Amino acid sequence: MKSWPLYEVFIRSKAGLHHKHAGSLHAADAEMAIENARDVYCRRNEGVSIWVVLSSDITASNPDNSEELFDPAEDKIYRHPTFYHVPEGVKHL
Amino acid sequence: MSVIDLEKRFQEKIDSDIRIEPRDWMPEKYRTTLIRQIGQHAHSEIVGMLPEGNWITRAPSLKRKVALLAKVQDEAGHGLYLYSAAETLGAERDEMVEELHSGKAKYSSIFNYPTLTWADMGAIGWLVDGAAIQNQIPLCHCSYGPYARAMIRICKEESFHQRQGFEIMTVLCAGTPAQKAMAQDALNRFWWPSLMMFGPPDSESTHTEQSQKWGIKRFTNDELRQRFVDMIAPQADHLGITIPDPDLKWNEERQHYDFGEIDWEEFWHVVKGHGPCNKQRIEARTKAWEEGAWVREAALAYAEKHSNTQTSKSKAV
Ligand SMILES: [Fe+2]
Ligand SMILES: [Fe+2]
Repeated sequence: MKSWPLYEVFIRSKAGLHHKHAGSLHAADAEMAIENARDVYCRRNEGVSIWVVLSSDITASNPDNSEELFDPAEDKIYRHPTFYHVPEGVKHL
Repeated sequence: MSVIDLEKRFQEKIDSDIRIEPRDWMPEKYRTTLIRQIGQHAHSEIVGMLPEGNWITRAPSLKRKVALLAKVQDEAGHGLYLYSAAETLGAERDEMVEELHSGKAKYSSIFNYPTLTWADMGAIGWLVDGAAIQNQIPLCHCSYGPYARAMIRICKEESFHQRQGFEIMTVLCAGTPAQKAMAQDALNRFWWPSLMMFGPPDSESTHTEQSQKWGIKRFTNDELRQRFVDMIAPQADHLGITIPDPDLKWNEERQHYDFGEIDWEEFWHVVKGHGPCNKQRIEARTKAWEEGAWVREAALAYAEKHSNTQTSKSKAV
């Protein structure tokens, strides 16, 4: 028998915060995935909103390409405020 | 990059406390070790619902009933978090379930003991969940990200399990002589099997060294067992019941409790399938799985039909 597909579950823990990945679960369809996510990941007021998405629909970056993707940001210290000199005595900068 | 280089880089990551995530390169043995361990852990949570499920309908009050129901539901959740963690390593859920049913995969031997009285619900929460917590806390820092994250969730939920168990014991121990005797009897039966939950002694434990190197295991079986005894002994004193071990006593020099020899023959006997309830537990799981098959099929058929109508609807617009 074909098994139920895997869904990734994202939960907003309270209004004002991002949805955050909570885990995954199997369900026959998206509606059931939301119901199951309520029971599996929100038994103690952990959430006010749930997103589910089929795991197979997620496109992820490849860890083998991490260097070319993320290394270029490493030496750009001029993107941070600490790179810049503020003369002594100058406030609100 | 050669396998030797990859292995070296992998070990460097572990040594500098960088978590391994599902799509990172990992040695095949690391993957299979984790699948086996996480699977075994998941099965223990699922089978672990059975001895307690036995008492839900007979809980002595509504308060105890909702607590036990919530605890058993948590254990189902723990099983699901862990199956999902194993699936990130490429394990298939259905295969894991089949391995449990065929006896190929193991689960904690403690769940092969029967729950004869209500006091067993107290002893299980106090001792069995207590031992589980000792085992699980170090796993929150395990090198494999999804496993560590599942363990953090689980540990948060476990503390209520242990407390509700201890509360049941406290009430029984402050009750009638018959109630106190019931609590003592439960301790007598669950004490030694709880100590066995930490696995064979270090001298016989085959996986410990490699697992420690890989950051899957932080403490040895004997270290965790000692911590458990040190934690439980004063609690038993508080309850006013006696741990069934004449050799148990505080060792001032070691700053630990000494305790008696564990009957490892019994442990292996139960692990190999000959405990009092092994057969019953697997039968219950298999029955639930087989009798639920039509529900799983029907839900899938419904989902497929529904998605077809939805596509045709959106086409029609
Ligand atoms: Fe659990
Ligand atoms: Fe528990």
